[in-house]
Amino acid sequence: MEAFASTAPVRVPLEHRFSPYTDNGGTTLAVAGSDFCVIAADTRQSEGYNINTRYSPKLYPLSNGSVLAIGGMQADASTLAKRVEQRLEWYQFKHDKPMNTQAVAHMVSTMLYGKRFFPYFAWVTIGGMDENGNGCVFSFDPVGTIEKHLWQCSGSSSKLIQPFLDSQMGHKHELLPPGELTAQRATLLVKDGFTSATERDIYTGDFLEIYTITRDGRTRELIELKRD
Amino acid sequence: MPLDLSFLDLKPAAARFMPASVLAPLDGPLEHDAIATFDLAPVSNPTEFIHNQMSKDAEHRIHMAKGTTTLAFKFAKGVVVAVDSRATMGPYIGSSNVKKVIEINPFLLGTMAGSAADCQYWERVLGTRARLYELRNKERISVAAASKLLCNMVYGYKGMGLSMGTMVTGWDKKGPGLYYVDSDGQRLTNHLFSVGSGSTYAYGVLDAGYDYDLSVADAIDLARRSIFHATYRDAYSGGSVNVYHVKEGGWEFISKTDVFDLHYEYQDQPRPALV
Repeated sequence: MEAFASTAPVRVPLEHRFSPYTDNGGTTLAVAGSDFCVIAADTRQSEGYNINTRYSPKLYPLSNGSVLAIGGMQADASTLAKRVEQRLEWYQFKHDKPMNTQAVAHMVSTMLYGKRFFPYFAWVTIGGMDENGNGCVFSFDPVGTIEKHLWQCSGSSSKLIQPFLDSQMGHKHELLPPGELTAQRATLLVKDGFTSATERDIYTGDFLEIYTITRDGRTRELIELKRD
Repeated sequence: MPLDLSFLDLKPAAARFMPASVLAPLDGPLEHDAIATFDLAPVSNPTEFIHNQMSKDAEHRIHMAKGTTTLAFKFAKGVVVAVDSRATMGPYIGSSNVKKVIEINPFLLGTMAGSAADCQYWERVLGTRARLYELRNKERISVAAASKLLCNMVYGYKGMGLSMGTMVTGWDKKGPGLYYVDSDGQRLTNHLFSVGSGSTYAYGVLDAGYDYDLSVADAIDLARRSIFHATYRDAYSGGSVNVYHVKEGGWEFISKTDVFDLHYEYQDQPRPALV
């Protein structure tokens, strides 16, 4: 008889279900205009029916002048933002210039796909200026599908706000074509979208943080939303 | 005593603060020859983890953009490729402007069905591989070789949950090429393919009107019409129809038409007589 033969089943370590994800809610939104980009997010951070904090920013201003907006799980979001910022720093050291927005977008796409089999639980949007000084917006699904937009809303209120923007910015199925969108009108629509969504979505509220990006730089605005 | 001239090394001053992985491309092998590595969940069976996470009953399901109608066919004057532009996440229309034809290089096109991320990523990798091939061999890669590279790459991840149904088309020494490649590792070539949830509807129109000797204008119209009818019957397809034509000098983008406009355009046209 063989010395090591055994009919016993192979023993593997006892493992409890690995559930590393939680959804911290919230909504992000970005609009690209001909000479500006408006990117906004609420600041509520919640888990189920509990509000953990009323001010946890989902917007991450990057050193190259763009802004990263990340919804989904806060822990994954802050980790991803930190790693993106580090890659921007390395790029600056290596090439002695900041990375342009389109390059950041494609880098984020491959960073997300690099975790294809253990994804970040994150919905990412990038807003900034392109090389010609036009506003540009890119969005991603959790595993890195990249898409360029003129306006894009993602997160818990995306289904409430996106159709509103399609109507008011895109004039979808209207006879009159949309006129030139100004930064003022874009900001107004963004605020309207968020105040309305706050009334209908329990995961959106508290504060609205807005970055407006132009050729001259980046400005930040914080306005209050309802806290109920 | 010899002079220490190491400071003359062609490296940025900041290089010594950077980790080796960042510096590798400066003096190591070609960056794109490196094999990409993917993070895995820290469990004994990472494949099972990603399967569970994407399943319908997962607590925090990871949704990926899906649902499609794509088609491509060879004919006397090249290859015509047509696709819809809808991305769905469950019942929600995530986007109506998706680019489902991926421009790999000026001579190669890929189509997108299944997971958008898988198609985009692997066809981008294919683009770098095709470029390296032409630098090394001083000639363009054939469609057969390019599609086989893609097929072999995704076959290495078989069973890991990749979802990709793509048609690789282009023009090489042998003329027009058309290959179907999917994430199971299947690779086929034929005159005509349609892939995605609306493919059955597209095939119905396409098979009825297909002829190898179609004129370019008729071929483009047939392709567009096939996608249009698929968007009419398949809820997961819609938006606009994008059409491309692959010719000897490379591909050409033909048109992007909203199916809403096509509906009224076709409505006013006489119907074909029943056989």
